[in-house]
Amino acid sequence: MNSSAPTPSAAYRTTATGTPAGARLLAGWYDTGRPADLNEHLLRYGPPPVAMARGHRHSMPLLRAVEAAGLTGRGGAGFPTAAKLRAVAARRGRAVVVVNAMESEPPSRKDQFLLAVAPHLVLDGAVLAAEAVGADTVHICLPRGRPAQYQQLHTALGDRGRAHLDVVSLLLHALPHTYVSSESTSLVRWLNGGEARPLGNPPRSHERGVARLPTLVHNAETLAHLALVARYGPDWYRQTGTSDEPGTTLVTVSGAVAAPGVLEVALGTPLATLLDGAGGPTEPLRAVLLGGFAGVWLPAGHLRTPLTRHDLAELGAAPGAGALVALPRAACGLTETARVLAYLAAHSARQCGPCRLGLPAVAEDFAALAAGRPDPDLLSRLHRRTGLLPDRGACRHPDGAARLAASALRTFADDVDHHLTRGACPNAHRPPLLPVPPAEPPEAWR
Amino acid sequence: MTRARTLRIDRIACTGHGLCAELLPELVDLDEWGYPVLAQAAVPARLESHARRAVAACPVLALRTERPPR
Ligand code: SF4
Ligand code: SF4
Repeated sequence: MNSSAPTPSAAYRTTATGTPAGARLLAGWYDTGRPADLNEHLLRYGPPPVAMARGHRHSMPLLRAVEAAGLTGRGGAGFPTAAKLRAVAARRGRAVVVVNAMESEPPSRKDQFLLAVAPHLVLDGAVLAAEAVGADTVHICLPRGRPAQYQQLHTALGDRGRAHLDVVSLLLHALPHTYVSSESTSLVRWLNGGEARPLGNPPRSHERGVARLPTLVHNAETLAHLALVARYGPDWYRQTGTSDEPGTTLVTVSGAVAAPGVLEVALGTPLATLLDGAGGPTEPLRAVLLGGFAGVWLPAGHLRTPLTRHDLAELGAAPGAGALVALPRAACGLTETARVLAYLAAHSARQCGPCRLGLPAVAEDFAALAAGRPDPDLLSRLHRRTGLLPDRGACRHPDGAARLAASALRTFADDVDHHLTRGACPNAHRPPLLPVPPAEPPEAWR
Repeated sequence: MTRARTLRIDRIACTGHGLCAELLPELVDLDEWGYPVLAQAAVPARLESHARRAVAACPVLALRTERPPR
């Protein structure tokens, strides 16, 4: 793994002031400085209030609480959690719940961190969601190649079993860790015995997913918030954040900051404050990458922007899964982007022509730009090819790559000029900053 | 009034034969690799029969038209 990736150990740090005001999911961690086992979890929170999740979907207290809280998904898309719950609860018969802890964005570590320090909050959320939608099975999807994480969750599930805490059965799975295997349709396809590649067509998972049953797929962090809403209610949940986008969220801050790691912040916190929470910039910044490899480069001038969907939408950005990378002024944003695009191209699931052929072409053009080896048509071809990526795949993988490429051309417009007319700048030869895995096709899809 | 049907392409099934662009050039263009680019998804009434023929001609059943849900 690239050494500039925010490692869990870097994130496993307490602040001098103890529990930061407003920490919720991480409150136990900040209090004790160690992962919460089942005993400690039960002392702090008590058992999951499953009675909240019983009753008809119109009157069920949990659904109404989640709706009133305004909880949204923390996996990237930001969809209202209550609407997803209702859609599955409305189907007839048994349902299935899937916990998405795949965390495919290389600069994100928040789900891994949350599962390490507060696994039972996530599991409580999954159990409550299962009760709410009428599921008796929960599938927990982890990325393959993290044996310690798998073992820790295995232990957590064993503890719950011995305590006879849950009626539903909780099953642990380790899936191929590719960029697109975290798509909810990839999880469903894999759990059904297939490859962890996205599915394009209806039926949608909430209609017919795992074992052809209505299937609810939620990000791990989302379920942990749900577990707290079930206990403390929507008014408590809304005490922090903004009125339109309440609550807290986990972010992973890395790059040119003194103390890279995972933070819990109120929605609406300015980006600059997130950087300060990670020890502050170590040198003057040129830009930040927000939202991971499917995200957007924002010039350093926008660092006062609050972390909300509403405020970021004006800049063509979104919180995504909450990954923020600080790019120093002395780094080359074009070179960094070219490396990411090469990786994203290699990780296309190669099912759709426009993605299979278009992504490598854009990545190649970008590499030529970054290296300062342009041909006369390079820039117009790059714009055209980038413009043809969105909305032309079965999943949103090409859309994310296009968003990143387009934002790089905007944010680093001066560098584009320089690279086109005078070749690559000396910054292009700095050691790479972003934690980009090798640009090679995934070893396995199954 | 009935609402316009919309064109949809199953991107996984589509093999880039390009027949659709030949039969429905008003709505379908091809990219440099021969894969369809939709000018717009809505099918105007005057093109409905052409759209139907393009749907029928797609050798892998990747092209279809849908009535949008109300
Ligand atoms: S768009 Fe790309 S990643 Fe998504 S399903 Fe198609 S080929 Fe796979
Ligand atoms: S005719 Fe069918 S397979 Fe050929 S390009 Fe059109 S949609 Fe794709």
